[in-house]
Amino acid sequence: MSTMTMPMKPQPEAAARAQQPASPVLEIRGLSAGYASAPVIRDVRMDIGRGLVTAIIGPSGCGKSTLIRCLNRMHEIIPGAFCEGDVRLEGHDVFRMDPVHLRRQVGMVFQRPNPFPTMSVYENVASGLRLNGVRDRKLTAERVEKSLRQAALWDEVKDRLDKPGVGLSGGQQQRLCIARALAVEPRVLLLDEPCSALDPIATARIEEALLELKGSLTMVIVTHNMQQAARVSDRTAFLLMGDLVEYDETQKIFTSPADKRTEDYITGRFG
Amino acid sequence: MKRHFDEDLDGLAARLLHMGRLTEEMIQLAVRVVTERDALLVAEVKRREHEVNELHIEIDDRALKLIALHQPAAGDLRMIAAAIKINSDLERVGDQAVNIAETGEYLCKEPKMKLFDVPRMVEVAASMLKDSLEAFARKDTALAKDVIRRDDEEDRLKSQTFNELIHLMQSDASTIQRAMDVILISRNLERVADHATNIAEDVIFMVLGKDIRHRHVEA
Repeated sequence: MSTMTMPMKPQPEAAARAQQPASPVLEIRGLSAGYASAPVIRDVRMDIGRGLVTAIIGPSGCGKSTLIRCLNRMHEIIPGAFCEGDVRLEGHDVFRMDPVHLRRQVGMVFQRPNPFPTMSVYENVASGLRLNGVRDRKLTAERVEKSLRQAALWDEVKDRLDKPGVGLSGGQQQRLCIARALAVEPRVLLLDEPCSALDPIATARIEEALLELKGSLTMVIVTHNMQQAARVSDRTAFLLMGDLVEYDETQKIFTSPADKRTEDYITGRFG
Repeated sequence: MKRHFDEDLDGLAARLLHMGRLTEEMIQLAVRVVTERDALLVAEVKRREHEVNELHIEIDDRALKLIALHQPAAGDLRMIAAAIKINSDLERVGDQAVNIAETGEYLCKEPKMKLFDVPRMVEVAASMLKDSLEAFARKDTALAKDVIRRDDEEDRLKSQTFNELIHLMQSDASTIQRAMDVILISRNLERVADHATNIAEDVIFMVLGKDIRHRHVEA
């Protein structure tokens, strides 16, 4: 695994024409990543706008998860993985940051809910705070409640905070994981297909929570569900075989995409 | 990859074009009531209006079903959105034809009246309607732009007809009722041209994703 800053290469016209959001939280330049000698994503350039929901869509294997896992350096944990290029969080090179410090600022929620199995609902949310040295019980309790409210879970669990987190339903567990990620007050929340294991009602609750968080938190969501991308995101990026084909306002992507490959994908003609 | 959904979209377009052909026939028949003073044709216009009204409901129903069941995006979504709007324009073209036919029916009972530029207005409006539907069927934006440009000529002809009829009424009061009716017919024809313009604008949006309403067409 190696990290380095690469010179910026010319971008495909369709990707480069994406409007650059003012004051991006994350700036991605010339990002390539993959395994051993096989690249999964190539030369990706995009800015992640502050307080916006950015959706990453594309067919299986196009590099969506690899892309977001580079943003908090989860990708490089995998043996044989490589990641090259430049990713800046608020102007700071993420590859020069302490990974633990980076992941506190760029949290992640995964496809399958993964609450800590031995911990209560309360402890699950408080765990990140404890790891970050928060010892004050009152502050912890306040932060736990705030995070559970932000994740739209408080009303359902306030009377069973001491019960095991894994005793909740799948959708509640996923919102618990969102609350756990929110408790350390990240700048960015990455969500890797957070609803793919959930039923439509649980999915709707997660989406409502994301819409409530919009504005105060920057989110990047990988999704196979194009209606979900259309419903929750402000901007959408379409990846195809490792290339960023198009990145624009979500409404533009879903009504008048500039690239025929984007049109074919979102209208179900391939993928 | 050919999708089942494409067959549904083709079906929607085919019904819309069928409705378009009916409205074209309605205009031609309604105008003949005026020019040939044949009041019997009014019934033919009304028979087609009934079918157009049925299609108005059917096409909206088909379009809403496609949106609800398929959640279309991009070009598919624009096509369905255009179909809903064109459907509404065609239904109103049918209404204009009925108005012309009914006014013509009254004029048949009166002494013959000079129509000034009305025959030319018929030619322009009918060709605009025909070409706007042709542009929809062929996804032809050049033809759609041409339709939009022709609307200015129809507006000019209507103003000229108005002026001439006002002059006639001032000089011969016995023509007032009939002249007012010819003014109404020219107004109906101008509205047909406006609906054709709307259809052409919808075709441009459908094909290019570009909303040109309330703007001048690029040269």
